[in-house]
Amino acid sequence: MTGSNASIRELTEKSYQYGFVTAIESDNAPMGLSEEIVRFISFKKNEPQWLLDWRLKAYRQWCQLLENEKEPMWAKVHHPKIDFNQIIYYSAPKQKKQLASLDEVDPEILATYEKLGIPLREQAKLANVAVDAVFDSVSVATTFKDRLAKVGVIFCSFSEAVQKHPELVQKYLGSVVPAGDNFYAALNSAVFSDGSFCYIPKGVRCPMELSTYFRINSANTGQFERTLLIAEESSYVSYLEGCTAPMRDENQLHAAVVELIALDHAEIKYSTVQNWYPGDENGKGGIYNFVTKRGACRGKKSKISWTQVETGSAITWKYPSVILQGDDSVGEFYSVAVTNHYQQADTGTKMIHIGKNTSSTIISKGISAGHGQNSYRGLVRIQKGAENARNYSQCDSLIFGNQGGAHTFPYIEVKNNSAQVEHEASTSKISEDQLFYCRQRGIATEDAVSMIVNGFCKSVFRKLPMEFAVEAQKLLGVSLEGAIG
Amino acid sequence: MLEIKKLHVKIDETPILKGIDLKVNAGEVHAIMGPNGSGKSTLAQFLAGREIYNVISGEVTYQGKNLLDLSAEDRALAGIFLAFQYPVEIPGVNNTYFLKAALNAKRKRQGLPELDAVDFLKLVKAKMAHLKMDEKFLQRGVNEGFSGGEKKRNEILQMAILEPHLCILDETDSGLDIDALRIVAEGVNALRSPDRAMIVVTHYQRLLDYITPDFVHVLAGGRIVKSGGKELALLLEEKGYSWILEQDKHSSFVAGASL
Ligand SMILES: Nc1ncnc2c1ncn2[C@@H]1O[C@H](COP(=O)(O)OP(=O)(O)OP(=O)(O)O)[C@@H](O)[C@H]1O
Ligand SMILES: [Mg+2]
Repeated sequence: MTGSNASIRELTEKSYQYGFVTAIESDNAPMGLSEEIVRFISFKKNEPQWLLDWRLKAYRQWCQLLENEKEPMWAKVHHPKIDFNQIIYYSAPKQKKQLASLDEVDPEILATYEKLGIPLREQAKLANVAVDAVFDSVSVATTFKDRLAKVGVIFCSFSEAVQKHPELVQKYLGSVVPAGDNFYAALNSAVFSDGSFCYIPKGVRCPMELSTYFRINSANTGQFERTLLIAEESSYVSYLEGCTAPMRDENQLHAAVVELIALDHAEIKYSTVQNWYPGDENGKGGIYNFVTKRGACRGKKSKISWTQVETGSAITWKYPSVILQGDDSVGEFYSVAVTNHYQQADTGTKMIHIGKNTSSTIISKGISAGHGQNSYRGLVRIQKGAENARNYSQCDSLIFGNQGGAHTFPYIEVKNNSAQVEHEASTSKISEDQLFYCRQRGIATEDAVSMIVNGFCKSVFRKLPMEFAVEAQKLLGVSLEGAIG
Repeated sequence: MLEIKKLHVKIDETPILKGIDLKVNAGEVHAIMGPNGSGKSTLAQFLAGREIYNVISGEVTYQGKNLLDLSAEDRALAGIFLAFQYPVEIPGVNNTYFLKAALNAKRKRQGLPELDAVDFLKLVKAKMAHLKMDEKFLQRGVNEGFSGGEKKRNEILQMAILEPHLCILDETDSGLDIDALRIVAEGVNALRSPDRAMIVVTHYQRLLDYITPDFVHVLAGGRIVKSGGKELALLLEEKGYSWILEQDKHSSFVAGASL
């Protein structure tokens, strides 16, 4: 493509713009994992005995899984064996005393979030979005807490919830993703350090978007956060999650757990824009993102909707799922996953239909460029009692060039004859004809690519909250820079 | 405006254009006719900057500059517009959004401010009214699910909005019903002006009944084998191409003998 090569190179080089490191003193646990470390974390966080016991039980389960080599091997991803003793499991920015207000947060950290486009200071806060900022292992700030408290919404760091609302945490923690659910969930349950907690009381429509912004800063640390979100009867909440990390040559592990609970007539909309450092163009460095996300539609007519835009990470291993327990409950999964260079993504969902008249929708858009490997893996299970369950799945792949790969692994299990399950799949190459058409109208190659890709992802993007959709479109453009040239 | 000299073009290793000479001045309309597979679309797409074609030899100047130095997007921004024989669909990309991006790319190149949504809509709606196009097409994806005729009309809409200097129409008439043909031809005629040139590729005289050409060329086997005025098209309509091809054979035999 005459003339456009230079600019493509320019763009690729600046492509990951969040790769900086903040110089800050931190309080680290010694490297490696043992029962001592689990106790250390629990002690640091001043946790009640029951939580320490819960962590220790998870730790023992994890040791067993490790011993029996139960690390998940079925995903279509390749990486050297992770040495779990070469990871630091707890890293917190050093702070002198308890913070009374945001103004006491280390200016370096505030500046970091500002640079990431997430101002936390009172004057500059994002309009109508409450943010919980998690820096390495701890939550450093939560905005708009007072305004939310007025309507009874609890939105705070997980650690704070353990101190202030232990009964809620104890009741729901591990109720959707049990401690021993899988290898990485067990690891997380043992060593999770912080995360966000959110509780929407009965009948309340949360007056603003809630969001958590995760930032990994320290080297050699793993990030293991835990999010717990409870929507009481007839409540509604829209929740956003964003993340970035510095550029480093080593791989870093991120193993989070997210649990959602929706009671009768409640609705949870959970959106993620995942932009962890993906590694460089030769596949060096980047985050291993091994995450367990699951929601339970416990109540009748409840609804849980996952929307994700996965552009970052060296490896993404993630299946946000919905357990449709309540009659007439609804589960949705809308996903865009991009792999460029040597990135690998194995992502999809599980829709488990238990209640009557439950319905689920799965829309997955995979984009692979460079040597990227992109797999959709999804399970639709209709249990025996799930009378009149319906599912619609659509999995589309878009491929640039011929070095990458797109794969689809749909698993369908139907144990009730009244079920209606529909699955559609397509794979297409970004066509030279489409690009030429755009360029013939004066639209530059890079703009044309992002236009075509955004068109391909439209049905997912329209599910995102407005500001996030704009962000996601830009991000997609950046992720795919250099994909054509 | 456009001058093509002894142009030879290949795709992969197959030569398609085998020595084209053509001069198009501002204000002129040139019709290009010729049998299927003779290289008409190749010429049209090559001029628009498609990279799958490679030059073997020859020159093309546009507005006094070497056209072959420019990328496809730069040619578009310099005022070359191709109405495609087969316009592609771009699913999910809103037609209005696409049109606006194209117009604003051009305005940016000209140093003009981008048109805002309100002014842009006003402009598009006016142009659509001329082409008797339903406004519902604005909300659809670019050519997504459009019928053959609707796609062609959409091409002319884009042309009307971008106001190019050199319009290349590749079989814009094929697939149009009788009324649509008239409407589209009127749209094209509305763009005729002393500072704009047109190259109209067609198989049929009926388009030329509406858009009267200044010159008619017959492209066969990758060469222009005959040129003439508008009456040549009528002659072709009546007699087909075989007589020209016969003539051409003899003349190339004679030309070969003189070598
Ligand atoms: N990729 C290719 N490899 C080899 N030959 C090709 C390729 N693409 C096109 N051609 C050939 O080039 C020739 C010219 O094609 P072109 O589309 O320019 O014809 P045309 O005059 O526009 O025909 P029509 O009237 O049918 O539209 C044809 O013989 C076609 O088969
Ligand atoms: Mg043709």
